[in-house]
Amino acid sequence: MVAHLLRLKLTLLRNSLKRSTAQLVGVILGGLYGLGMLAFLVSGLVFLGSADPELIRTILVIGGSATVLGWIVIPIAVSGVDMTLDPARFVTYTIPMRQLLAGLVLGGLVGIPGLVTLIAALTLVITWIRYPAAALTALVCGLLAVVLCVVASRLVTTAVSALTGSRRFKDVNGIVAFLPLFFLGPIIGGLAAGFQSSPGFAGRLADVLAWTPLGALWAAPADVAAGNPGLAVVRILIGVATLAVFVLLWSRSLSHALVTPPYNAVTKKAGGNLGWFTRFPATPSGAVAARALTYWVRDPRYAASLVLIPLLAVLLFLSGGGAGGAFAFVGPIAAFLLAWAISADVSYDNTAFSLHLSTGVSGRDDRWGRAAALLVFALPATLVLTVVPLLIAGRMEDLPVMLGLALGFLFTGTGLSSFVSARYTYNVPLPGESAFKTPPGTNFLMFVVQFGGWLVMLLLALPEIVLTIVYFVSGDQLYGWLTLLVGVLLGGAVLLIGIRAGGRWYDRRAPELLLAVSRNR
Amino acid sequence: MSSPVPSPSDQDNPQQPSGTAALSIRGLAKRFGDKIAVNGVDLEVPAGSFFGLVGPNGAGKTTTLSMATGLLRPDHGQALVHGVDVWEKPLEAKRLMGVLPDGVRLFDRLSGEQLVTYAGLLRGMDRETVTERTGDLLRALDLTNDAGTLVVDYSAGMTKKIALASALIHAPKLLVLDEPFESVDPVSAANIRDILSSYVHSGGSVIVSSHVMDLVQRMCDHVAVIAGGTVLAAGTIDEVRGDATLEDRFVELVGGRNTSEGLSWLRTS
Repeated sequence: MVAHLLRLKLTLLRNSLKRSTAQLVGVILGGLYGLGMLAFLVSGLVFLGSADPELIRTILVIGGSATVLGWIVIPIAVSGVDMTLDPARFVTYTIPMRQLLAGLVLGGLVGIPGLVTLIAALTLVITWIRYPAAALTALVCGLLAVVLCVVASRLVTTAVSALTGSRRFKDVNGIVAFLPLFFLGPIIGGLAAGFQSSPGFAGRLADVLAWTPLGALWAAPADVAAGNPGLAVVRILIGVATLAVFVLLWSRSLSHALVTPPYNAVTKKAGGNLGWFTRFPATPSGAVAARALTYWVRDPRYAASLVLIPLLAVLLFLSGGGAGGAFAFVGPIAAFLLAWAISADVSYDNTAFSLHLSTGVSGRDDRWGRAAALLVFALPATLVLTVVPLLIAGRMEDLPVMLGLALGFLFTGTGLSSFVSARYTYNVPLPGESAFKTPPGTNFLMFVVQFGGWLVMLLLALPEIVLTIVYFVSGDQLYGWLTLLVGVLLGGAVLLIGIRAGGRWYDRRAPELLLAVSRNR
Repeated sequence: MSSPVPSPSDQDNPQQPSGTAALSIRGLAKRFGDKIAVNGVDLEVPAGSFFGLVGPNGAGKTTTLSMATGLLRPDHGQALVHGVDVWEKPLEAKRLMGVLPDGVRLFDRLSGEQLVTYAGLLRGMDRETVTERTGDLLRALDLTNDAGTLVVDYSAGMTKKIALASALIHAPKLLVLDEPFESVDPVSAANIRDILSSYVHSGGSVIVSSHVMDLVQRMCDHVAVIAGGTVLAAGTIDEVRGDATLEDRFVELVGGRNTSEGLSWLRTS
């Protein structure tokens, strides 16, 4: 049975790759990345073997704890990185719990993160090779720790998926769980500062972690090497006990999940509230704008970017040295990101786009509606995010240049996005899925499109950028006002051209656009 | 308002030459990779008829209807709605048609009421008419109590019904419905049948695809059997079925019935 589950996972992986070459390319690139990382890790661990045992211990305990933590946190954030062996799919089969658990653990190891973790853990034997007893302990503890990683991550996914019965929870979770990852940068920054400020910090951190379930198993070989087998036994006991508790909890929640099919509690609501539809003009483009704006709030894939913008401001404030530094540029940066956010609009619609096609909406109305929905809130948001930082920093004399740059980005980007979304489609999270989930292997292609788009956007906004630089170099107020003028006029021109070109392309190729998005399912 | 659903209006459409078919499909063909999905389909849906399109799974029904409604560009052939070429004059043709496609998503983060309103406004209708007709449609399809619920939280049958409402809002002269009765409960199905019958009586034309033969035999006056991307038989129900039931005639045309013993081990005793 365990072998069956493993084979099932491999077959599913192979079949999904057969469906598209682009995905295959993505997986190969991911594999190469994993391989590079693995080579780096293994050689690092081998070299580490010649270091002082105290240093080995510190590095292994901290690194190992981070690994376990990663296995726990990442699946929640991405809401099920890999649900190929989703327990819910085995509901109708009679698989003994013991074998299902074993199969799911081994299945969890099949895949790039699993293999990298496993091989790195086995390399610990070489790291400790100078101390034979410690090397042996490392082998046992390494394997146990890898199992702990997989079990912990599975436990978390099962527990979360039990909660995700309601769609509303799913919607919110997809965004909220992402927040810790967003602040990973500052957290790591804080830790790094700790390392720098006091040399003993890392050692003390490792001492603490070694007594927690996260680090205990990684610390045991070091105790053996230090001639303290009793301590090692205690640490292994901590690890094994944690593992046992996790397995027990997991099997409990799994057997609960297997007899509790997802149920979505819905309260009936009578009509009467048309929302944005009453506030926009009753024209095709007005309707498109009202629909798009409704989606900005209700669809987690759009709402996620709304949450990220204020976070970005906070982050820039924290990391950029307060009000004076990078924080001053939050307006232009937010404008840049917001404008690009509608570049995959049709891809996000997926096949719901067929309504636009069957009702015969003109390309002009479709493009204008989507752009208007964005500008309705992006324009005030850009103004606020540009003015407030300057007010805080007391640099109001920079307002024209910053406003020019921000508005230039916003208009140019909206125009570019209006064209791009009518011209190109790519795989995005499907409607109803987490905003941070992408079909496996498509990350690379998406990255290429995104990066290419950003590059074009910077090129189109080059006049504003150059004028901004000239302003800051020369300090001449004239260039600030020039930036504002160029930002509004040139940006506005790009906006009109983008919408017109996108609309024309839409009118000619809308059926092909529908065909392209219907491939992503 | 006597009828719950707007009847096909004549005043805002240019006078069509009398005698033209509601939908005329001529030699439509589509190939996906090596697979020929539709291989030269010809169909005439007479004006004022209730036309059934039947065929086994994968016969090319959805592909044919997608090409006839302007959702999928055909490799060959043309489709005319009341004499207007769908691919030459798409906007004009789409005004005459109401479409319920199968297997596509809806803008399901809108409430049912918003979705129908959206479909009306996209058609360029004025707000008063849209509001009035949306209320009528929701009542007729028994969705009034769920009008404010998001479509994503609807059941499969309710989703079908709200999509049907979106297709009816502009009182089209031709309705193209792909599997309109799939997962719809019997009571709602009966209501939908009544709505469609009265629509046909008032001069509208309907083409539905289905694989429920019984339903087609009772409901439609014309039928076409399609399999493997070609039309095997077409005409009035009586012409096509002859003396047999439509189901028997269909099986005879399409073939593929297993007459052997079947699953001999699937017995409880």
